[in-house]
Amino acid sequence: MDDFLAARSQMALSLGFHIIYACIGMVMPFFMAVSHYKWLTTNNEVYKHITKAWSKGVAIFFATGAVSGTMLSFELGLLWPKFMEHAGPIFGMPFSLEGTAFFIEAIALGFFLYGWDKLNKWFHWFTGVVVGVSGLASGILVVAANAWMNSPAGFDYINGEYTNIDPIKAMFNDAWFTQALHMCLAAFTATGFAVAGVHALMLLKKQHNDFHYKSFKIAATFATICALLQPISGDISAKDVAQRQPAKLAAMESLYKTEKPAPLLIGGIVNEENKTVKNYIEIPGALSFLAHGDFNAEVKGLDQIPEDEHPPVAITHYAFQIMVGLGTVMMMISLIYFFILWRRKTILNTKWLLKLFVFAIPLGYIALEAGWVVTEVGRQPWIINGIMRTIDAVTPMPGIAWSFYLFSAIYFSLSLIVIFLLYRQIKMVPVLYKSSNIDQ
Amino acid sequence: MEQVVIAFLCLAILLYFLLGGADFGAGIIELFTSTKNRSRTRKTMYHAIGPVWEANHMWLIIAIVILFVAFPRIYTTMSVHLHIPLAIMLIGIIARGTAFVFRHYDAVKDDMQWLYNRIFRYSSFLTALFLGILAGSVLSGKIDPVATNFADAYIFGWLNWFSISVGLFTTALCGFLAAIYLIGECKTEEDKKRFIKKAEYMNVAAVVFGAMVFFSAAMEDVPLMNWVVYNTVGLTAVVLASFSLVLLWYLLLKGSTKILRVLAGFQVTMILVAISYAHFPNFIRLKGGNVISLYETVAPEKTVQSLGWALVLGSFLILPFLGYLFYKFQQKEE
Repeated sequence: MDDFLAARSQMALSLGFHIIYACIGMVMPFFMAVSHYKWLTTNNEVYKHITKAWSKGVAIFFATGAVSGTMLSFELGLLWPKFMEHAGPIFGMPFSLEGTAFFIEAIALGFFLYGWDKLNKWFHWFTGVVVGVSGLASGILVVAANAWMNSPAGFDYINGEYTNIDPIKAMFNDAWFTQALHMCLAAFTATGFAVAGVHALMLLKKQHNDFHYKSFKIAATFATICALLQPISGDISAKDVAQRQPAKLAAMESLYKTEKPAPLLIGGIVNEENKTVKNYIEIPGALSFLAHGDFNAEVKGLDQIPEDEHPPVAITHYAFQIMVGLGTVMMMISLIYFFILWRRKTILNTKWLLKLFVFAIPLGYIALEAGWVVTEVGRQPWIINGIMRTIDAVTPMPGIAWSFYLFSAIYFSLSLIVIFLLYRQIKMVPVLYKSSNIDQ
Repeated sequence: MEQVVIAFLCLAILLYFLLGGADFGAGIIELFTSTKNRSRTRKTMYHAIGPVWEANHMWLIIAIVILFVAFPRIYTTMSVHLHIPLAIMLIGIIARGTAFVFRHYDAVKDDMQWLYNRIFRYSSFLTALFLGILAGSVLSGKIDPVATNFADAYIFGWLNWFSISVGLFTTALCGFLAAIYLIGECKTEEDKKRFIKKAEYMNVAAVVFGAMVFFSAAMEDVPLMNWVVYNTVGLTAVVLASFSLVLLWYLLLKGSTKILRVLAGFQVTMILVAISYAHFPNFIRLKGGNVISLYETVAPEKTVQSLGWALVLGSFLILPFLGYLFYKFQQKEE
């Protein structure tokens, strides 16, 4: 494996894992805050147990998210020193604020986890909310930094020099809002579906009904509402990308030739050699509409972009198809969920719907990873869109492949342990929370 | 604003050494505790650092962010030429952080605990060692930015006697800090005695490795003597550190545990002052006598301005909250 590919793979791997840990760590506190609130207002013990059970999951994911995040702040330099040398002072603003937000989150988590029966109960609840809010803020800030790579702003690039630096403008670049909105909704959808699915599985196993049903409802409510909102945010993002990164949009839809009107391709097999796509379903004019809000608009194809600035088309295209496809599936499940709730008041007796939720456990995260592949691979060959190429940013140190193998091993074993721990936590629910077992 | 940012950088590094260091030290102490006392040590330790350990490690992130935003050349020089020790330290941070949480949050307490404990102890030691090696390397003058062969560019910058001595010295100091910190957390006299013993060992180790640092500095041409003996501030710091060490032991043997932590913290602070004051604002000493100075590599004005404000505003949010956290979980002792 050559060093450049190894560096890219290591970065992709680290971020790929971090995204999952971080999303769970930033979304779960909101679920906890809801059940905690219900415990405080209804005095129903089950809610207290749910909060405690979830908080253990949060502690595990927060720790893995925190260490993998620490890791990333070093990896930026270890793998991409040339990038950081120039970009650090420009896009560092969100990172410095993120440091603050993350710090507050860690402090609040300390209060929350160790504060049961030691703090005023509403202050204790409030610290839980602070964990969620500051976690979400961290997420938004980090995405704003990534958005800057897609939509560089806040500096002038003249003769290879970065001058006139304005970090505030860089932070509020054109892409920050659309990307952050899309990411936050994705985090809630993915985590919501995963959590709801696990509790649905337990319901199907007839374990501990009340505990799992209440948990299921909280998670499913968040998940389904966000899954229904996500397409709107996706549409805003698509229009944004069409305007700012035509090469990325063309790769997402493998549009090799500029067309007017341009069709939307669903599925399809890309041949990068011959620049063709086969076996797809075509919706005429739909891409024109999605990209520019007009069924007859022209959409720039890859033929208008210099060959050495083309992103890897196949990967971007497949990832985009996966993201949209799974997003649609989750949206459909959400619609069915609300329909059944409206008709039957409860979904406990609708076995097939619970099974559908179990099936959806990994879907959100797969879509999330796919979406991240679209945005990162779709930006290649640039690390700063249109300014600096990724290959010019890589570390001069040889032998990065070894580092990649080593860190792969670490991340995979870490994930195995996390899954193992969660499995044990879930398995132990009936033992740990016996008093709530009144409905059986 | 430049001064404010530099002050925050120094503060973050110092606090990371003190708080994160005590944290590593806890693992190091566990490593050197006999098997029969380990579970008690672990309990005392968990009790003491459980609520605050996540927060302790945030100082590293703050320091790193300040470096890459305001002093990108320092950050990238370290990342390129100290890649290997940084990666090892990161592995240590990942391993100990997760093992610490896993061993507490595993719903079933079985043989897996054995694994978590192992990982926690060894990685604590490794992390502290490499943190020290990194600190030593920055000062060692062995980093060679123009080297063309692999070993000179990526290995000998940190694999030298001076860096390794500083690494071992740091490890002993971390253990010492943790022992002193834990003495205050003990419930029984017996536990207290054990930690006092540990503090003694760690202190002896620190003195031995400290001597090794001076010896290797002479060997590797690091002008350490110029910084700590022939410089007024450096010398004062060393004298104060030694004086507080004597005072600390006097109080400890008299049975007072009140201001031990302050004294231990003060000592480490003085050691950091002693080694850094004389060559401030130079941050990295390179091979061939060149230096990378904080002032000369600072980012453009606007960046420093906004970073400075972010740090000031951030601390208004963080410090009271953090202070209350420490206070709240100290208070319950009584």
